[in-house]
Amino acid sequence: MRGAKERVAAVEGWFRMDEAEPRLLGVRCRACRTSYFPKESFCRNPSCGAADLEEIPLSRRGKLWSWTDNRYPPPPPFVAKDPFEPYSVAAVLLEAEKMVVLGQVVAGVDAAAFRLGQEMELVLDTLFEDEAKQYIVWKWRPVAA
Amino acid sequence: MARGVAVLGVGMHPWGKWGRSFVEYGVAAARAALKDAGIEWKDVEFVAGGDTIRNGYPGYVAGATFAQALGWTGAQVASTYGACATGAQAIDVARARILAGLCDVALVVGADTTPKGFFAPAGGERPTDPDWLRFRLLGATNPVYFGLYARRRMETFGATNEDFAQVKVKNSRHGLANPNARYRKAVTLDEVMASPVVSDPLRLLDICATSDGGAAVVLTSLDFARRHTTDAVTLAAVSTVTPRFPNTIIEMPNFATDSAASVPAPDVPFKDSIARRAYEAAGVGPEDLDLAEVYDLSTALELDWYENIGIAKPGEAEQLLRDGSTALGGRIPVNPSGGLASFGEAIPAQAIAQLCELTWQLRGEAGGRQVEGAKLGVAVNQGLFGHGSALLAKR
Ligand SMILES: [Zn+2]
Repeated sequence: MRGAKERVAAVEGWFRMDEAEPRLLGVRCRACRTSYFPKESFCRNPSCGAADLEEIPLSRRGKLWSWTDNRYPPPPPFVAKDPFEPYSVAAVLLEAEKMVVLGQVVAGVDAAAFRLGQEMELVLDTLFEDEAKQYIVWKWRPVAA
Repeated sequence: MARGVAVLGVGMHPWGKWGRSFVEYGVAAARAALKDAGIEWKDVEFVAGGDTIRNGYPGYVAGATFAQALGWTGAQVASTYGACATGAQAIDVARARILAGLCDVALVVGADTTPKGFFAPAGGERPTDPDWLRFRLLGATNPVYFGLYARRRMETFGATNEDFAQVKVKNSRHGLANPNARYRKAVTLDEVMASPVVSDPLRLLDICATSDGGAAVVLTSLDFARRHTTDAVTLAAVSTVTPRFPNTIIEMPNFATDSAASVPAPDVPFKDSIARRAYEAAGVGPEDLDLAEVYDLSTALELDWYENIGIAKPGEAEQLLRDGSTALGGRIPVNPSGGLASFGEAIPAQAIAQLCELTWQLRGEAGGRQVEGAKLGVAVNQGLFGHGSALLAKR
Protein backbone atom coordinates (compact mmCIF):
# COMPACT_ATOMS: atom_id res chain seq x y z
CA MET A 1 0.00 0.00 0.00
CA ARG A 2 1.34 3.43 -0.94
CA GLY A 3 2.83 5.24 2.01
CA ALA A 4 3.21 2.11 4.08
CA LYS A 5 6.56 1.23 2.58
CA GLU A 6 9.92 2.63 3.54
CA ARG A 7 10.95 5.47 1.24
CA VAL A 8 14.62 5.40 0.28
CA ALA A 9 16.67 7.44 -2.19
CA ALA A 10 17.16 5.68 -5.53
CA VAL A 11 20.68 7.08 -5.59
CA GLU A 12 22.79 8.08 -2.58
CA GLY A 13 23.78 11.67 -1.97
CA TRP A 14 22.35 13.28 -5.12
CA PHE A 15 19.49 15.09 -3.36
CA ARG A 16 18.23 16.03 0.07
CA MET A 17 15.59 13.51 1.22
CA ASP A 18 13.32 16.28 2.48
CA GLU A 19 9.86 15.94 0.99
CA ALA A 20 8.85 19.47 2.00
CA GLU A 21 11.97 21.26 0.78
CA PRO A 22 13.87 18.93 -1.58
CA ARG A 23 17.11 20.11 -3.17
CA LEU A 24 19.57 18.59 -5.57
CA LEU A 25 22.99 18.35 -3.93
CA GLY A 26 25.96 19.49 -5.96
CA VAL A 27 29.38 20.79 -5.12
CA ARG A 28 31.04 24.17 -5.54
CA CYS A 29 34.75 24.79 -6.03
CA ARG A 30 36.12 26.90 -3.19
CA ALA A 31 38.74 28.39 -5.52
CA CYS A 32 36.79 29.44 -8.66
CA ARG A 33 33.19 29.14 -7.34
CA THR A 34 32.05 26.86 -10.21
CA SER A 35 29.17 24.52 -9.30
CA TYR A 36 28.72 20.93 -10.43
CA PHE A 37 25.87 18.44 -10.49
CA PRO A 38 26.24 15.53 -10.04
CA LYS A 39 29.08 15.99 -7.54
CA GLU A 40 32.68 15.97 -8.69
CA SER A 41 35.76 15.28 -6.58
CA PHE A 42 37.81 17.90 -8.43
CA CYS A 43 37.09 21.10 -10.33
CA ARG A 44 36.71 20.70 -14.11
CA ASN A 45 37.41 24.34 -14.92
CA PRO A 46 40.63 23.99 -17.02
CA SER A 47 41.98 27.23 -15.51
CA CYS A 48 41.45 25.94 -11.96
CA GLY A 49 41.65 22.21 -11.30
CA ALA A 50 41.35 22.59 -7.52
CA ALA A 51 40.26 19.60 -5.47
CA ASP A 52 38.66 21.58 -2.64
CA LEU A 53 34.90 21.42 -3.23
CA GLU A 54 32.04 21.96 -0.80
CA GLU A 55 28.58 20.41 -0.94
CA ILE A 56 25.85 22.89 -1.85
CA PRO A 57 22.10 22.63 -2.42
CA LEU A 58 21.12 23.77 -5.94
CA SER A 59 18.29 26.18 -6.60
CA ARG A 60 14.93 24.48 -6.22
CA ARG A 61 13.30 26.45 -9.04
CA GLY A 62 14.27 27.06 -12.66
CA LYS A 63 12.99 27.88 -16.14
CA LEU A 64 11.82 25.22 -18.59
CA TRP A 65 14.54 24.91 -21.31
CA SER A 66 12.95 22.04 -23.23
CA TRP A 67 10.85 18.93 -22.74
CA THR A 68 9.96 15.58 -24.31
CA ASP A 69 8.55 12.25 -23.22
CA ASN A 70 8.92 8.48 -23.33
CA ARG A 71 6.01 6.75 -25.06
CA TYR A 72 7.71 3.34 -24.86
CA PRO A 73 9.35 1.69 -21.84
CA PRO A 74 13.10 2.35 -21.66
CA PRO A 75 15.35 -0.71 -21.39
CA PRO A 76 16.89 -1.87 -18.08
CA PRO A 77 18.32 -0.72 -15.76
CA PHE A 78 15.17 1.47 -15.87
CA VAL A 79 12.44 -0.27 -13.90
CA ALA A 80 9.29 0.22 -15.99
CA LYS A 81 5.77 -0.11 -14.65
CA ASP A 82 3.70 -2.90 -16.16
CA PRO A 83 1.64 -1.75 -17.94
CA PHE A 84 3.98 1.10 -18.88
CA GLU A 85 2.79 4.64 -18.26
CA PRO A 86 4.40 7.24 -20.57
CA TYR A 87 6.03 10.14 -18.75
CA SER A 88 7.59 13.47 -19.65
CA VAL A 89 11.20 14.55 -19.19
CA ALA A 90 12.09 18.20 -18.66
CA ALA A 91 15.35 20.14 -19.04
CA VAL A 92 15.28 23.05 -16.57
CA LEU A 93 17.68 26.01 -16.47
CA LEU A 94 18.73 26.96 -12.94
CA GLU A 95 19.37 30.67 -13.31
CA ALA A 96 21.75 31.24 -10.42
CA GLU A 97 23.88 28.24 -11.40
CA LYS A 98 23.46 28.81 -15.19
CA MET A 99 23.09 25.06 -15.47
CA VAL A 100 20.44 22.91 -17.20
CA VAL A 101 19.33 19.86 -15.20
CA LEU A 102 17.23 16.96 -16.48
CA GLY A 103 14.47 15.25 -14.57
CA GLN A 104 11.28 13.33 -15.08
CA VAL A 105 8.09 15.37 -14.84
CA VAL A 106 5.60 14.24 -12.19
CA ALA A 107 2.63 12.25 -13.45
CA GLY A 108 -0.60 14.02 -14.34
CA VAL A 109 0.95 17.09 -15.99
CA ASP A 110 -0.19 17.86 -19.53
CA ALA A 111 3.00 18.64 -21.47
CA ALA A 112 0.91 20.10 -24.31
CA ALA A 113 0.42 23.14 -22.05
CA PHE A 114 4.17 23.64 -21.47
CA ARG A 115 5.74 26.95 -22.53
CA LEU A 116 9.43 27.62 -22.94
CA GLY A 117 10.76 29.49 -19.89
CA GLN A 118 7.89 28.67 -17.56
CA GLU A 119 8.80 28.19 -13.91
CA MET A 120 9.41 24.65 -12.68
CA GLU A 121 10.19 23.34 -9.22
CA LEU A 122 11.87 20.27 -7.81
CA VAL A 123 9.86 17.65 -5.94
CA LEU A 124 10.53 14.12 -4.68
CA ASP A 125 8.53 11.25 -6.12
CA THR A 126 8.61 7.49 -6.49
CA LEU A 127 10.83 6.20 -9.29
CA PHE A 128 9.86 2.53 -8.75
CA GLU A 129 9.00 0.22 -5.90
CA ASP A 130 9.44 -3.37 -4.84
CA GLU A 131 7.79 -5.49 -2.13
CA ALA A 132 9.49 -3.64 0.71
CA LYS A 133 10.49 -0.18 -0.44
CA GLN A 134 9.72 2.83 -2.57
CA TYR A 135 12.75 4.22 -4.39
CA ILE A 136 12.66 8.00 -4.55
CA VAL A 137 14.08 10.36 -7.16
CA TRP A 138 13.85 14.08 -7.97
CA LYS A 139 11.29 15.21 -10.53
CA TRP A 140 10.17 18.52 -12.02
CA ARG A 141 6.71 19.98 -11.58
CA PRO A 142 5.30 23.19 -13.07
CA VAL A 143 4.85 25.96 -10.51
CA ALA A 144 1.14 26.72 -10.33
CA ALA A 145 0.47 30.06 -12.03
CA MET B 1 47.80 24.52 -43.35
CA ALA B 2 47.74 20.80 -42.62
CA ARG B 3 49.09 18.40 -45.22
CA GLY B 4 46.60 15.88 -46.50
CA VAL B 5 46.69 12.17 -47.09
CA ALA B 6 45.19 10.32 -50.06
CA VAL B 7 42.02 8.27 -49.90
CA LEU B 8 43.17 5.64 -52.37
CA GLY B 9 40.43 3.08 -51.84
CA VAL B 10 36.99 2.82 -50.24
CA GLY B 11 34.64 -0.08 -49.65
CA MET B 12 31.52 -1.02 -47.72
CA HIS B 13 29.49 -4.05 -46.75
CA PRO B 14 25.81 -3.12 -47.23
CA TRP B 15 23.93 -1.97 -44.12
CA GLY B 16 21.08 -4.19 -42.93
CA LYS B 17 20.05 -6.45 -40.10
CA TRP B 18 22.05 -9.42 -41.28
CA GLY B 19 22.66 -11.00 -37.87
CA ARG B 20 26.17 -12.24 -38.70
CA SER B 21 29.50 -11.47 -37.06
CA PHE B 22 30.79 -7.90 -37.37
CA VAL B 23 34.10 -9.41 -38.49
CA GLU B 24 32.49 -10.64 -41.71
CA TYR B 25 31.25 -7.15 -42.59
CA GLY B 26 34.61 -5.59 -41.75
CA VAL B 27 36.57 -8.08 -43.84
CA ALA B 28 34.20 -7.67 -46.80
CA ALA B 29 34.54 -3.87 -46.60
CA ALA B 30 38.33 -4.12 -46.25
CA ARG B 31 38.68 -6.38 -49.27
CA ALA B 32 36.48 -4.03 -51.31
CA ALA B 33 38.59 -1.01 -50.28
CA LEU B 34 41.87 -2.80 -51.07
CA LYS B 35 40.54 -3.83 -54.49
CA ASP B 36 39.35 -0.28 -55.13
CA ALA B 37 42.83 1.02 -54.23
CA GLY B 38 44.64 -1.63 -56.26
CA ILE B 39 46.61 -2.59 -53.14
CA GLU B 40 47.43 -6.05 -51.83
CA TRP B 41 46.59 -6.74 -48.19
CA LYS B 42 50.24 -7.74 -47.70
CA ASP B 43 51.26 -4.18 -48.65
CA VAL B 44 49.29 -2.61 -45.79
CA GLU B 45 51.73 -1.39 -43.14
CA PHE B 46 49.25 -0.19 -40.52
CA VAL B 47 45.70 -1.26 -39.59
CA ALA B 48 43.35 0.96 -37.57
CA GLY B 49 40.17 -0.67 -36.29
CA GLY B 50 37.10 1.12 -34.97
CA ASP B 51 35.94 -0.74 -31.86
CA THR B 52 32.46 -2.07 -31.20
CA ILE B 53 31.43 -2.47 -27.55
CA ARG B 54 28.55 -4.92 -28.09
CA ASN B 55 30.40 -7.85 -29.59
CA GLY B 56 32.67 -9.09 -26.83
CA TYR B 57 36.45 -8.94 -26.63
CA PRO B 58 37.11 -9.11 -30.39
CA GLY B 59 35.17 -5.86 -30.66
CA TYR B 60 37.45 -4.07 -28.15
CA VAL B 61 40.53 -4.98 -30.19
CA ALA B 62 38.95 -4.50 -33.61
CA GLY B 63 42.20 -3.59 -35.39
CA ALA B 64 43.79 -6.90 -34.45
CA THR B 65 40.54 -8.78 -35.05
CA PHE B 66 40.36 -7.56 -38.65
CA ALA B 67 44.11 -8.07 -39.19
CA GLN B 68 43.87 -11.65 -37.97
CA ALA B 69 40.82 -12.32 -40.15
CA LEU B 70 42.58 -10.95 -43.22
CA GLY B 71 45.64 -13.05 -42.32
CA TRP B 72 48.45 -11.98 -39.96
CA THR B 73 51.17 -10.11 -41.86
CA GLY B 74 53.02 -8.43 -39.00
CA ALA B 75 51.38 -5.09 -39.82
CA GLN B 76 51.27 -2.61 -36.95
CA VAL B 77 47.86 -2.03 -35.41
CA ALA B 78 45.66 0.27 -33.35
CA SER B 79 42.10 -0.02 -32.03
CA THR B 80 40.14 3.07 -31.07
CA TYR B 81 36.78 3.99 -29.61
CA GLY B 82 34.92 7.31 -29.58
CA ALA B 83 31.25 6.26 -29.54
CA CYS B 84 29.55 7.46 -32.76
CA ALA B 85 32.79 9.24 -33.68
CA THR B 86 34.83 6.02 -33.48
CA GLY B 87 35.50 5.93 -37.22
CA ALA B 88 36.99 9.41 -37.23
CA GLN B 89 39.31 8.42 -34.39
CA ALA B 90 40.55 5.40 -36.36
CA ILE B 91 40.95 7.50 -39.51
CA ASP B 92 42.87 10.14 -37.58
CA VAL B 93 45.27 7.62 -36.06
CA ALA B 94 46.09 6.24 -39.51
CA ARG B 95 46.36 9.73 -41.02
CA ALA B 96 48.69 10.94 -38.29
CA ARG B 97 50.95 7.94 -38.79
CA ILE B 98 51.18 8.63 -42.49
CA LEU B 99 51.81 12.35 -41.98
CA ALA B 100 54.52 11.51 -39.42
CA GLY B 101 56.27 9.47 -42.10
CA LEU B 102 55.91 6.23 -40.15
CA CYS B 103 54.10 4.44 -42.96
CA ASP B 104 52.78 4.96 -46.49
CA VAL B 105 49.79 2.63 -46.58
CA ALA B 106 47.13 2.25 -43.89
CA LEU B 107 43.83 0.39 -43.78
CA VAL B 108 40.99 1.70 -41.60
CA VAL B 109 38.07 -0.63 -40.83
CA GLY B 110 34.91 -0.35 -38.73
CA ALA B 111 31.97 -2.74 -38.48
CA ASP B 112 29.13 -3.53 -36.12
CA THR B 113 26.43 -6.05 -35.37
CA THR B 114 23.64 -4.41 -33.37
CA PRO B 115 20.84 -5.67 -31.17
CA LYS B 116 17.19 -4.79 -31.79
CA GLY B 117 15.44 -1.80 -30.26
CA PHE B 118 16.74 1.07 -28.10
CA PHE B 119 20.46 1.23 -27.46
CA ALA B 120 20.77 0.08 -23.85
CA PRO B 121 23.82 0.52 -21.64
CA ALA B 122 26.23 -2.36 -21.27
CA GLY B 123 25.06 -4.91 -18.66
CA GLY B 124 25.74 -5.09 -14.92
CA GLU B 125 25.13 -2.72 -12.00
CA ARG B 126 27.34 0.36 -12.48
CA PRO B 127 25.99 3.11 -10.21
CA THR B 128 28.98 5.38 -10.92
CA ASP B 129 28.62 5.23 -14.74
CA PRO B 130 26.52 8.16 -16.01
CA ASP B 131 25.47 6.06 -19.01
CA TRP B 132 23.98 3.46 -16.63
CA LEU B 133 22.49 6.06 -14.30
CA ARG B 134 20.70 8.03 -17.03
CA PHE B 135 18.70 4.91 -17.87
CA ARG B 136 18.21 3.97 -14.21
CA LEU B 137 17.12 7.33 -12.80
CA LEU B 138 15.54 9.06 -15.81
CA GLY B 139 14.89 6.39 -18.40
CA ALA B 140 16.69 8.88 -20.63
CA THR B 141 17.01 6.91 -23.85
CA ASN B 142 18.84 8.44 -26.80
CA PRO B 143 15.50 9.58 -28.33
CA VAL B 144 14.81 11.53 -25.12
CA TYR B 145 17.86 13.70 -25.78
CA PHE B 146 16.92 13.99 -29.47
CA GLY B 147 13.40 14.97 -28.41
CA LEU B 148 14.72 17.72 -26.11
CA TYR B 149 16.79 19.21 -28.95
CA ALA B 150 13.87 18.96 -31.39
CA ARG B 151 11.39 20.64 -29.02
CA ARG B 152 13.92 23.37 -28.31
CA ARG B 153 14.25 23.96 -32.07
CA MET B 154 10.47 24.22 -32.47
CA GLU B 155 10.14 26.65 -29.58
CA THR B 156 13.08 28.89 -30.49
CA PHE B 157 13.06 28.80 -34.30
CA GLY B 158 9.51 27.81 -35.24
CA ALA B 159 10.42 24.44 -36.74
CA THR B 160 7.41 22.20 -37.35
CA ASN B 161 6.76 18.47 -37.31
CA GLU B 162 6.40 18.75 -41.09
CA ASP B 163 9.90 20.22 -41.37
CA PHE B 164 11.33 17.29 -39.47
CA ALA B 165 9.36 14.85 -41.61
CA GLN B 166 10.61 16.50 -44.80
CA VAL B 167 14.19 15.70 -43.79
CA LYS B 168 13.22 12.02 -43.78
CA VAL B 169 11.41 12.39 -47.10
CA LYS B 170 14.52 14.00 -48.65
CA ASN B 171 17.00 11.50 -47.26
CA SER B 172 14.87 8.51 -48.18
CA ARG B 173 14.82 9.77 -51.79
CA HIS B 174 18.59 10.17 -51.76
CA GLY B 175 19.04 6.65 -50.39
CA LEU B 176 17.06 5.11 -53.26
CA ALA B 177 20.19 5.30 -55.43
CA ASN B 178 22.58 3.90 -52.83
CA PRO B 179 23.23 0.14 -53.10
CA ASN B 180 24.77 0.11 -49.59
CA ALA B 181 21.72 1.68 -47.91
CA ARG B 182 19.52 -0.52 -45.72
CA TYR B 183 16.24 1.22 -46.58
CA ARG B 184 15.69 1.92 -50.26
CA LYS B 185 12.11 3.10 -50.29
CA ALA B 186 10.79 6.62 -50.81
CA VAL B 187 9.02 7.66 -47.61
CA THR B 188 6.15 10.17 -47.86
CA LEU B 189 5.29 13.03 -45.54
CA ASP B 190 2.08 11.23 -44.59
CA GLU B 191 3.97 8.07 -43.66
CA VAL B 192 6.28 9.96 -41.32
CA MET B 193 3.40 11.87 -39.76
CA ALA B 194 1.42 8.63 -39.30
CA SER B 195 4.27 6.82 -37.56
CA PRO B 196 3.92 6.59 -33.76
CA VAL B 197 5.43 9.23 -31.49
CA VAL B 198 8.46 7.84 -29.63
CA SER B 199 9.70 10.94 -27.79
CA ASP B 200 7.54 13.93 -28.58
CA PRO B 201 7.90 15.73 -31.00
CA LEU B 202 9.81 12.91 -32.72
CA ARG B 203 8.12 9.98 -34.37
CA LEU B 204 9.46 6.55 -35.20
CA LEU B 205 10.40 7.62 -38.73
CA ASP B 206 12.20 10.73 -37.42
CA ILE B 207 14.67 8.58 -35.48
CA CYS B 208 17.40 6.47 -37.02
CA ALA B 209 17.46 2.72 -36.58
CA THR B 210 20.44 0.59 -35.55
CA SER B 211 22.03 -1.51 -38.27
CA ASP B 212 24.71 -4.02 -39.09
CA GLY B 213 27.32 -2.85 -41.57
CA GLY B 214 30.99 -2.37 -42.33
CA ALA B 215 33.13 0.30 -44.01
CA ALA B 216 36.81 0.60 -44.84
CA VAL B 217 39.22 3.06 -46.44
CA VAL B 218 42.79 2.75 -47.65
CA LEU B 219 44.74 5.89 -46.75
CA THR B 220 48.19 6.54 -48.20
CA SER B 221 50.78 9.27 -48.36
CA LEU B 222 50.30 11.70 -51.25
CA ASP B 223 53.62 10.52 -52.76
CA PHE B 224 52.52 6.89 -52.68
CA ALA B 225 49.15 7.82 -54.23
CA ARG B 226 50.81 9.72 -57.08
CA ARG B 227 52.59 6.54 -58.10
CA HIS B 228 49.21 4.79 -58.43
CA THR B 229 46.82 7.41 -59.76
CA THR B 230 46.87 10.94 -61.10
CA ASP B 231 43.75 12.12 -59.37
CA ALA B 232 43.25 10.68 -55.88
CA VAL B 233 40.80 12.22 -53.44
CA THR B 234 42.61 13.99 -50.60
CA LEU B 235 41.58 13.83 -46.98
CA ALA B 236 42.46 17.45 -46.30
CA ALA B 237 41.61 17.70 -42.61
CA VAL B 238 40.26 15.72 -39.67
CA SER B 239 38.75 17.30 -36.57
CA THR B 240 38.36 15.29 -33.37
CA VAL B 241 37.70 18.28 -31.11
CA THR B 242 36.30 18.01 -27.61
CA PRO B 243 34.06 20.67 -26.00
CA ARG B 244 35.42 23.75 -24.27
CA PHE B 245 34.45 24.38 -20.65
CA PRO B 246 31.77 25.19 -19.76
CA ASN B 247 29.70 23.15 -22.22
CA THR B 248 26.24 24.67 -21.84
CA ILE B 249 24.22 22.36 -24.11
CA ILE B 250 22.91 19.22 -22.42
CA GLU B 251 24.79 16.25 -23.91
CA MET B 252 24.11 12.56 -23.90
CA PRO B 253 24.56 10.85 -21.41
CA ASN B 254 24.73 13.71 -18.89
CA PHE B 255 22.21 14.76 -16.23
CA ALA B 256 23.20 18.41 -16.37
CA THR B 257 25.25 20.89 -18.33
CA ASP B 258 28.37 22.54 -17.00
CA SER B 259 27.66 25.70 -15.02
CA ALA B 260 28.38 28.98 -16.81
CA ALA B 261 27.98 31.04 -13.63
CA SER B 262 31.68 31.57 -12.88
CA VAL B 263 33.34 30.90 -16.25
CA PRO B 264 31.44 32.32 -19.25
CA ALA B 265 30.36 29.97 -22.03
CA PRO B 266 32.81 29.83 -24.96
CA ASP B 267 32.10 32.05 -27.99
CA VAL B 268 31.86 29.00 -30.25
CA PRO B 269 29.59 26.24 -28.89
CA PHE B 270 30.87 22.68 -29.12
CA LYS B 271 28.90 21.53 -32.14
CA ASP B 272 29.83 24.68 -34.08
CA SER B 273 33.50 24.03 -33.31
CA ILE B 274 33.56 20.56 -34.88
CA ALA B 275 33.55 21.44 -38.60
CA ARG B 276 35.13 24.83 -37.97
CA ARG B 277 38.35 23.20 -36.78
CA ALA B 278 38.54 21.20 -40.02
CA TYR B 279 37.84 24.28 -42.17
CA GLU B 280 40.60 26.20 -40.39
CA ALA B 281 43.09 23.36 -40.81
CA ALA B 282 42.40 23.19 -44.56
CA GLY B 283 42.04 26.93 -45.16
CA VAL B 284 38.48 26.70 -46.48
CA GLY B 285 35.04 27.82 -45.31
CA PRO B 286 31.48 26.52 -45.48
CA GLU B 287 30.87 28.65 -48.59
CA ASP B 288 33.37 26.43 -50.46
CA LEU B 289 31.44 23.21 -49.84
CA ASP B 290 29.71 21.26 -52.61
CA LEU B 291 28.10 18.71 -50.31
CA ALA B 292 27.87 17.61 -46.69
CA GLU B 293 27.22 14.35 -44.89
CA VAL B 294 25.81 15.07 -41.43
CA TYR B 295 24.83 12.79 -38.57
CA ASP B 296 21.03 12.64 -38.73
CA LEU B 297 20.41 10.56 -35.62
CA SER B 298 17.09 12.37 -35.79
CA THR B 299 15.56 14.43 -38.57
CA ALA B 300 15.63 17.51 -36.33
CA LEU B 301 19.34 17.06 -35.65
CA GLU B 302 20.04 17.30 -39.38
CA LEU B 303 18.60 20.84 -39.24
CA ASP B 304 20.81 21.69 -36.25
CA TRP B 305 23.82 20.51 -38.26
CA TYR B 306 23.08 22.95 -41.12
CA GLU B 307 23.78 25.71 -38.64
CA ASN B 308 26.62 23.93 -36.83
CA ILE B 309 28.59 23.46 -40.09
CA GLY B 310 27.92 27.04 -41.16
CA ILE B 311 25.73 26.55 -44.25
CA ALA B 312 22.83 28.29 -42.47
CA LYS B 313 22.63 30.97 -39.78
CA PRO B 314 20.90 30.03 -36.51
CA GLY B 315 17.18 29.67 -37.17
CA GLU B 316 17.54 29.52 -40.96
CA ALA B 317 17.98 25.78 -41.45
CA GLU B 318 14.29 25.18 -42.11
CA GLN B 319 14.38 27.70 -44.96
CA LEU B 320 17.29 25.85 -46.56
CA LEU B 321 15.36 22.61 -46.35
CA ARG B 322 12.07 24.09 -47.55
CA ASP B 323 13.59 25.75 -50.63
CA GLY B 324 15.32 22.53 -51.71
CA SER B 325 18.89 23.80 -51.23
CA THR B 326 19.91 20.66 -49.35
CA ALA B 327 18.27 18.16 -51.71
CA LEU B 328 20.13 16.60 -54.64
CA GLY B 329 20.15 19.23 -57.37
CA GLY B 330 20.10 22.02 -54.79
CA ARG B 331 22.87 24.45 -53.90
CA ILE B 332 24.42 22.35 -51.12
CA PRO B 333 23.06 18.79 -51.01
CA VAL B 334 23.13 17.30 -47.52
CA ASN B 335 23.28 13.55 -47.00
CA PRO B 336 23.27 12.55 -50.68
CA SER B 337 24.07 9.03 -49.39
CA GLY B 338 20.64 8.92 -47.78
CA GLY B 339 22.15 9.52 -44.34
CA LEU B 340 21.31 7.58 -41.22
CA ALA B 341 17.67 7.84 -42.31
CA SER B 342 18.48 5.36 -45.08
CA PHE B 343 21.25 3.44 -43.34
CA GLY B 344 20.52 3.18 -39.65
CA GLU B 345 23.51 3.43 -37.38
CA ALA B 346 26.39 0.93 -37.35
CA ILE B 347 28.39 2.93 -34.82
CA PRO B 348 32.10 2.23 -35.47
CA ALA B 349 31.56 2.07 -39.24
CA GLN B 350 29.56 5.25 -39.65
CA ALA B 351 32.24 7.96 -39.90
CA ILE B 352 34.23 5.69 -42.22
CA ALA B 353 31.12 5.22 -44.37
CA GLN B 354 30.79 9.01 -44.50
CA LEU B 355 34.31 9.21 -45.97
CA CYS B 356 33.43 6.47 -48.48
CA GLU B 357 30.49 8.59 -49.65
CA LEU B 358 32.57 11.78 -49.90
CA THR B 359 35.14 9.87 -51.95
CA TRP B 360 32.61 8.42 -54.39
CA GLN B 361 31.01 11.85 -54.76
CA LEU B 362 34.33 13.61 -55.40
CA ARG B 363 35.35 10.97 -57.94
CA GLY B 364 32.02 11.34 -59.75
CA GLU B 365 31.19 7.69 -59.07
CA ALA B 366 28.02 8.17 -57.01
CA GLY B 367 25.62 7.23 -59.82
CA GLY B 368 22.01 8.27 -59.28
CA ARG B 369 22.88 10.30 -56.18
CA GLN B 370 25.81 12.19 -57.74
CA VAL B 371 26.33 15.82 -56.75
CA GLU B 372 27.46 17.29 -60.07
CA GLY B 373 31.02 18.61 -60.15
CA ALA B 374 31.65 18.09 -56.45
CA LYS B 375 35.15 19.23 -55.42
CA LEU B 376 34.90 19.68 -51.64
CA GLY B 377 32.82 17.84 -49.09
CA VAL B 378 32.56 17.68 -45.31
CA ALA B 379 31.29 14.86 -43.10
CA VAL B 380 30.39 15.58 -39.48
CA ASN B 381 29.43 13.45 -36.57
CA GLN B 382 29.35 13.59 -32.79
CA GLY B 383 30.00 10.80 -30.34
CA LEU B 384 28.66 10.92 -26.80
CA PHE B 385 31.07 11.85 -23.99
CA GLY B 386 32.39 14.80 -26.03
CA HIS B 387 33.70 13.38 -29.31
CA GLY B 388 33.59 15.74 -32.26
CA SER B 389 34.21 14.33 -35.72
CA ALA B 390 34.68 16.18 -39.00
CA LEU B 391 36.35 14.94 -42.17
CA LEU B 392 37.09 17.28 -45.04
CA ALA B 393 37.76 15.71 -48.44
CA LYS B 394 38.67 17.45 -51.67
CA ARG B 395 39.66 16.77 -55.22
ZN1 LIG C 1 37.60 25.60 -9.58
